[in-house]
Amino acid sequence: MADGGGGDEPEELSDKQKAEIAKWFLANAPAGEIQYVAKDVRSILGDDKIYEMAAAEAFPLHNKAHLLALEMPNRSGDVLIATYGELDKNNYFDPRTAQVATVDHVKQVCTTVRPANDDELPSPYIEDFRSTLDAELSKYVGETYPKGVCAVYCISGKDAEGPGADFDLASGVISASFVGSANASSLRFVGKDPDSGPHEFKGINQNNGIWQSIWNIEFKDNMQFVEIKGKIQVGAHYFEEGNVQLDAKLECKDSTIFQSPEDSAVSITNIVRHHETEYLASLEASYVNLPDTTFKDLRRKLPVTRTLFPWQNTMQFSLTRDITKEMGIGK
Amino acid sequence: MEAAMDLMRRISPKESETALSALLSLLPHHSADLLSQVDLPLQVCMDQQLMKEFILCEYNRDADSYRSPWSNKYFPPLEDGPLPSPQLRKLEIEANEVFTVYRDQYYEGGVSSVYIWEDHNESFIACFLIKKDGSRTGHGRRGYLQEGSWDAVHVIEVGPEEEGTAHYRLTSTVMLSLTTENKSSGTFNLSGSIRRQMSHDLSVAEGHLCNMGKMIEEMEGKLRNSLDQVYFGKTREMVCTLRPPPDGIQLRLPEN
Repeated sequence: MADGGGGDEPEELSDKQKAEIAKWFLANAPAGEIQYVAKDVRSILGDDKIYEMAAAEAFPLHNKAHLLALEMPNRSGDVLIATYGELDKNNYFDPRTAQVATVDHVKQVCTTVRPANDDELPSPYIEDFRSTLDAELSKYVGETYPKGVCAVYCISGKDAEGPGADFDLASGVISASFVGSANASSLRFVGKDPDSGPHEFKGINQNNGIWQSIWNIEFKDNMQFVEIKGKIQVGAHYFEEGNVQLDAKLECKDSTIFQSPEDSAVSITNIVRHHETEYLASLEASYVNLPDTTFKDLRRKLPVTRTLFPWQNTMQFSLTRDITKEMGIGK
Repeated sequence: MEAAMDLMRRISPKESETALSALLSLLPHHSADLLSQVDLPLQVCMDQQLMKEFILCEYNRDADSYRSPWSNKYFPPLEDGPLPSPQLRKLEIEANEVFTVYRDQYYEGGVSSVYIWEDHNESFIACFLIKKDGSRTGHGRRGYLQEGSWDAVHVIEVGPEEEGTAHYRLTSTVMLSLTTENKSSGTFNLSGSIRRQMSHDLSVAEGHLCNMGKMIEEMEGKLRNSLDQVYFGKTREMVCTLRPPPDGIQLRLPEN
């Protein structure tokens, strides 16, 4: 961080230092709140040039980290902004519709789409596995997440012509909910205008959340089995008259046998469903335990005596004072 | 400043120190406002004379030294650092002793400090601070928390005594963070901060300490409940909104 200066006059930060700070705020904005954070940062910086420099670098990182889903202009669905589908800084591949979307990271919109070239697509052999898994997973996501979006990418071995080769698929699932913002739809990051956001925070329900899971699926042909690794991340932010955030994550592993595309898809989806359901249950268990156990380690609801503290009883104080000295409490 | 406060509300409470120092360097002319309005986790220092820990805050600071409520001395030593008047020091000593017992009853560990100093017109201000490390390596009795901290700052402005009553205005801030971690359920972290105010006109028959203590106890209870039911409850609700549990799983609703 920039130093504060030791003398009476605080040292003026260099443009580069200011940009680094701006980038830090943008990159650390909670999911779905980056436009609000951007507005604040811009106003504090008071220098659009530095802001734009920082935004150009920070927005793509934030968008990819949070699997931003952007609507494609030809209404063919959403494209996920993910490292897996990144062709270059502003172009992202959507495997389901075999298109490449051009995006504006800072405005968080998809500007154009074009069909993907042959060399950008996986081979028919791979596509068979990918698309059946995608179909099965999409069905699961549709049933489970009210506002979920998912995509399946081939991240390695996409040109394999037939059996005998290893390849890897990756799937990303994202479900987000933003309540209290001007455009309260979770998928429509498109057209989110920071200027129309609320200025007052009193009395407006501020509650945002995101569920994100990324599954890496390695098909090992010679061993005829499939290794599955998952990373689930859940975040929630409630900030009406306060600021409370939940940050939970889990990494898990599983495996199944290498089968036909259809059977593999069903098998893999079942595994995903199983782990994600279990995770939800364990989150719930954490919350249930909270008031009686974990929270108690911080502060009890009442003293062991089950009565309020006897402030007015000074005799008791002298007594307790002696006891505390005796017992060496109050170190 | 509004933009700065909005940023502090949005950035994760775990990053609040970094965020504040970033804001201070961007807005050096607002540093007084920022420091007084933004809450940061409390730091602790050792009173080298009595070998007891005490909490650091703006109210016991002078230059780069801090006054210990136990020995009434500054550390590192300071030649003429301001001290409370003898009467207030007497109240301060008693407040620290009583608050130590209170702290032990509710927190079963941790560090507390009370600082009292004159305000204008026969009023005074008292600051009660508590820092509890509830992690299993700290004072967490039951060992549930990988990491856990509760920091409370209560600042009470006490007005002059008029006809047997005085006006008390309490501003309380609680900052907390808790993390549980295990192989099967991963990492679970809840952190947050809330700030509330409360004002009362009370009879001074039982003394200032009694009045202040009761207000603080009431306030801490309310904040703890709020954090638990409202704030944690809301994040829990959000998880269920993102991914509604299948009917097979029972959802125990938070008691109101």
